[in-house]
Amino acid sequence: MFLIVASLAVFSVAALFAVLPAHRPVWCVRAGIFGACVGAAAGLLAAVQGLFGGSIESMRIPWSIPGGELHLGMDPLSAFFLLPITGLGLLGAVYGAGYQRGGDAKKLGVGWFHYNVLLASMVTVVTARNAILFLIAWEVMALSSFFLVTHEHDKPQVRAAGWIYLVATHLGTAFLLALFVILGEKAGSYEFSAFAKAGASLSPGLAVAAFAFTLIGFGTKAGFLPLHVWLPEAHPAAPSHVSALMSGVMIKTGIYGLIRLLACLGAPPAWWGWCLLAVGLLSGVMGVLLALSQRDIKRLLAYCSVENIGVISLGLGVGYLGLSRGSTTMAALGFAGALLHVLNHAIFKGLLFLGAGSVLHGTGTGDMDLLGGLYKRMPWTGTTFLIGAASICGLPPLNGFVSEFLIYFGAFSGVVSTSSAAVVSGLVVITGLALIGGIASATFAKAFGGIFLGEPRSDQALHAHEANGLMRWPMVALAACCVLIGFLAPLAVRAVLPAVGMIVPVSSDALDAGIAPAMEPLGWITAGCAAFAALVALLALLRLRLLSGRTVGETGTWDCGYARPTARMQYTASSFGQPLMAVFAGLLGTGGTGTAPRGIFPAKASHTSETPDPFRSRFYDPLFLRTLGLLALFRGAQHGRVQMYVLYVALTLIAFLIFSLG
Amino acid sequence: MNLPIDSVMLVLVVTNLLLLGLSQLRSCVHAVAVQGFALGLLPLLVRQSGGPTVWTLLVVLVTIGLKGVVFPKLLQEALRDADVRREKRPHVGYTMSMVMGFVALAGAAWLSSRLPAFSGSPSTLAAPVSFFMIFVGLFIILSRNHAVNQIVGYLVLENGIYVFGVVLLHELPLLVEMGVLLDAFAAVFVMGVAVYHINSEFDHVDVDQLDKLKG
Amino acid sequence: MTLFPIINFLLALVSAPLLLGVINKTKALFAGRRGQPVLQAYSDLWKLLHKGAVYSRTTTWVFRAGPVVGLACVLVAAALTPFGGAPALMGFSGDLLLLVYLFGVMRFFTVLAALDTGSAFEGMGASREVQFSALAEPAFLLGLAAVAHVTGSFSLSTMFPALDATDWSQAGPALLLVAAALFIVFLAENSRIPVDDPDTHLELTMIHEVMVLDHGGPDFAFILYGAALKLWVLGALLSGILLPVRTGFGVIDSAIAWAALVALAAAVGVVESSMARLRLLRVPRLLVGAVLLSGLAFVLLLR
Repeated sequence: MFLIVASLAVFSVAALFAVLPAHRPVWCVRAGIFGACVGAAAGLLAAVQGLFGGSIESMRIPWSIPGGELHLGMDPLSAFFLLPITGLGLLGAVYGAGYQRGGDAKKLGVGWFHYNVLLASMVTVVTARNAILFLIAWEVMALSSFFLVTHEHDKPQVRAAGWIYLVATHLGTAFLLALFVILGEKAGSYEFSAFAKAGASLSPGLAVAAFAFTLIGFGTKAGFLPLHVWLPEAHPAAPSHVSALMSGVMIKTGIYGLIRLLACLGAPPAWWGWCLLAVGLLSGVMGVLLALSQRDIKRLLAYCSVENIGVISLGLGVGYLGLSRGSTTMAALGFAGALLHVLNHAIFKGLLFLGAGSVLHGTGTGDMDLLGGLYKRMPWTGTTFLIGAASICGLPPLNGFVSEFLIYFGAFSGVVSTSSAAVVSGLVVITGLALIGGIASATFAKAFGGIFLGEPRSDQALHAHEANGLMRWPMVALAACCVLIGFLAPLAVRAVLPAVGMIVPVSSDALDAGIAPAMEPLGWITAGCAAFAALVALLALLRLRLLSGRTVGETGTWDCGYARPTARMQYTASSFGQPLMAVFAGLLGTGGTGTAPRGIFPAKASHTSETPDPFRSRFYDPLFLRTLGLLALFRGAQHGRVQMYVLYVALTLIAFLIFSLG
Repeated sequence: MNLPIDSVMLVLVVTNLLLLGLSQLRSCVHAVAVQGFALGLLPLLVRQSGGPTVWTLLVVLVTIGLKGVVFPKLLQEALRDADVRREKRPHVGYTMSMVMGFVALAGAAWLSSRLPAFSGSPSTLAAPVSFFMIFVGLFIILSRNHAVNQIVGYLVLENGIYVFGVVLLHELPLLVEMGVLLDAFAAVFVMGVAVYHINSEFDHVDVDQLDKLKG
Repeated sequence: MTLFPIINFLLALVSAPLLLGVINKTKALFAGRRGQPVLQAYSDLWKLLHKGAVYSRTTTWVFRAGPVVGLACVLVAAALTPFGGAPALMGFSGDLLLLVYLFGVMRFFTVLAALDTGSAFEGMGASREVQFSALAEPAFLLGLAAVAHVTGSFSLSTMFPALDATDWSQAGPALLLVAAALFIVFLAENSRIPVDDPDTHLELTMIHEVMVLDHGGPDFAFILYGAALKLWVLGALLSGILLPVRTGFGVIDSAIAWAALVALAAAVGVVESSMARLRLLRVPRLLVGAVLLSGLAFVLLLR
């Protein structure tokens, strides 16, 4: 517990230092960054200790707020979520130091203030054991990230993104408030431990409402479809190290909250699992399709987060179905897969956002149709981005494969069982994951190919420069994590097990027995991956050996006889994705404008295509427009005369008085 | 598990999915012919006390003759006369239609698993397949414009009812059956004539535009 | 543990290119030509391995890594494939996932190598490849899941040896549907007609061939051998479902499976001679059809 408190204290002090009105603001910024690093390192130690130490600690300090108590606790589940928060927080701070080198120190100081506050609030969110404290930390997290999103508030689209985010996150919080009121009323206390006792005795109607509120409230933060609309706006608007932090770990606090609160609602019925499967399938497939249709690399990555949240949700669905069926194996596999994917996604999504930041930094644009050929100019960024892209597609031998394998394994153990419900759920998961995986491969082949391969498509890409040292090392560290977890799959699963044990209410021996069917295959997977790596090395050697002493020439690309290809004739990222998008045109609603080439000697032709978020353009925009129209009725009451406002207040008070006395 | 009947059911399901996925009208008519042929065999496969009677044989012959040969032939001729090859603009895309068909089949399987079991039904597949065929028939009528496809839809619908009658009621409700057959025959006949005439008058056979005929 | 897994693995390594020859010979017979020798693919490989190479100035190491990674993937996949009733070299629960995802790795790197050249043709091929494979993958996994459901296990090395005539008598229609679905996947993944045309090198309609347009020498030998081995792996799975003959003698079982594979190759030749390539717009429909066929198998199995 000491380490947690220490890290919170360091974050607070560093936050204050960062905005101190000092003579040399650069030093304040450095203090802020240093504090973020130290605090995150302390938190990381606490997480490792909590995960492997196995002890459950807590700390309570009375608080004057009614129902509130400064009650922090540490158990394997908290520790597990703390791991990516602090780890990515640390690397993000290092990267940010390099990314913003030479910027306006005053403005940067404010940014680092919020960065520290965001880290502190996330640490508090996953360790809070009191609903009031949790909500306050949740709100601070939302606000600090809002200010980080609007860091470049001189751009109108950034301001718009900030507003969308603010509205969305508060709508989500409203549902959480309702949930906590329901549970608090029943329990007579706002302690999570009291919730756990009260949740089991809710009336059926209230239990359904509580589940729905949990799903909506936390789903908004996590980015479940169709509550995801803020995500692709807000994440790209923020500076890249902040995007990494938001997309990599902040949305995971939604998953944490979901797991923590669902544990308070009594034994899970099967329909929870079905709900999560449906949400996961929808988010996964639509998320990855929308990711495929983006031109901007950061928007692509943001939509891809929706997809990965969907994958996590599929895992959770398998887990809860396993719990409701009493199958420890299915439950353990589903939850282990989901939790490991939480960690993995933090790693590769962090890596990819940092890589996207380097591209932005080096070229000034994130439009994939204007980039190309960056690999030769930015080899570090390119190599690490490739590793991140391969792992996010779930390709062996990297970490994404391990977590998806666990979820698949849970689904297959349902398929070979005799219960039709289990078979059907398994099929849903298998089809969903396979489809998501295939489209994700297309998406990231498009992203990596469009940005790094081929010839530069614009001047910006031609004059790109590699990221500086401070930006480089965090990316290398994250890429190394991708490879390590991929090759040490059995160890990674062992590390997740204590956290799984917090969700699956069985003894640790029973849990071990439940996960045992997957442990031997995981060992085999490691062996297979090692064999694969060895074969790659052998074949590469063989190739070198064969080519040594022979003529190895260099020339232009063979373009079927056409002698003067230019960089603009390449397939762009957009054209690469178009055929697959066309298959799902009905879901995406991609629109295009332009003039087609006509005649034997066509004149200038053009084509622009755009895929607006279908949920936003078909659902939210009309909804909010209508609401706005409705609210316009009340605009007459809003006229700016102070006396009238005093009258409103007085009238309301009198009305309340009559109501309470009458 | 009754292998012969289940195989026929399989043929019915696959031809239905084909009908949903094929854009060539000629292939659709072929698929309907295969379906009619498979369907016609059903009364022989449903085990009856005392072997197949002359009546059964007669029904089988008539059914196969009509559904497998005569109706498809008429439709072929209508197609040749109208000189069309494919549905121009279906309301629902072909891939989407196939997916919806599959969902309908899964739904029908689930639904019929909740129905009280038909006593002595020789195949558990019969109920879902007949529901599925009725759905597909309606779906084709609703989502396709071409007159020939409309007739195909009616035929599939009628085939679905036939399956229900033959396998689930495990006796031949002959009068009902004959009535339905006559209906369908009349439908095909009338539509065939109508298609031919519409085509010679208006140069197209798009039922969406038939409303222009009203005064 | 008998020696059969090793023998079968070596058999795959040695006789995979033969399948290409069988397909070509069948097509030649249908066209009334004498055609290339059945062992032509071996000569091609030998010739390519002895050549130098020419690389585009645009390319990076990704282009050179494509064939190497691809061949490594398919070699590991071959080690996971059971053959003739004997288990594979490596077998464990969930190995089918590793197999499917290794093909994913192979495709990912082939696509990236194609994009690395910056050629419009190769970009076109790559974009079609990802389009079709995104739909073929669910069909493949669902088909394998159906076999897993029938045999009650999800390790290739237990599933396939466990399949036998009783499964066919009990779940025949379902297995037939699965086989049909996997046949479509087999044709699509191996870039055969009606999805792709392996014979055209310079047309805008093909997929796999255009992606490897810039490769030459040993790199192209790796690609060719990898393609042959992939044909073998997928063919072995398909014929393992279609012809689960178990005599009890490993040698005879292997020989029968080998003959079945050759017959399958001949069948591919027949398909290629008697069908035209589908219009590109209609290929997705075919692949969705394959997914639905697998799904249909489950409807049959589940009631």
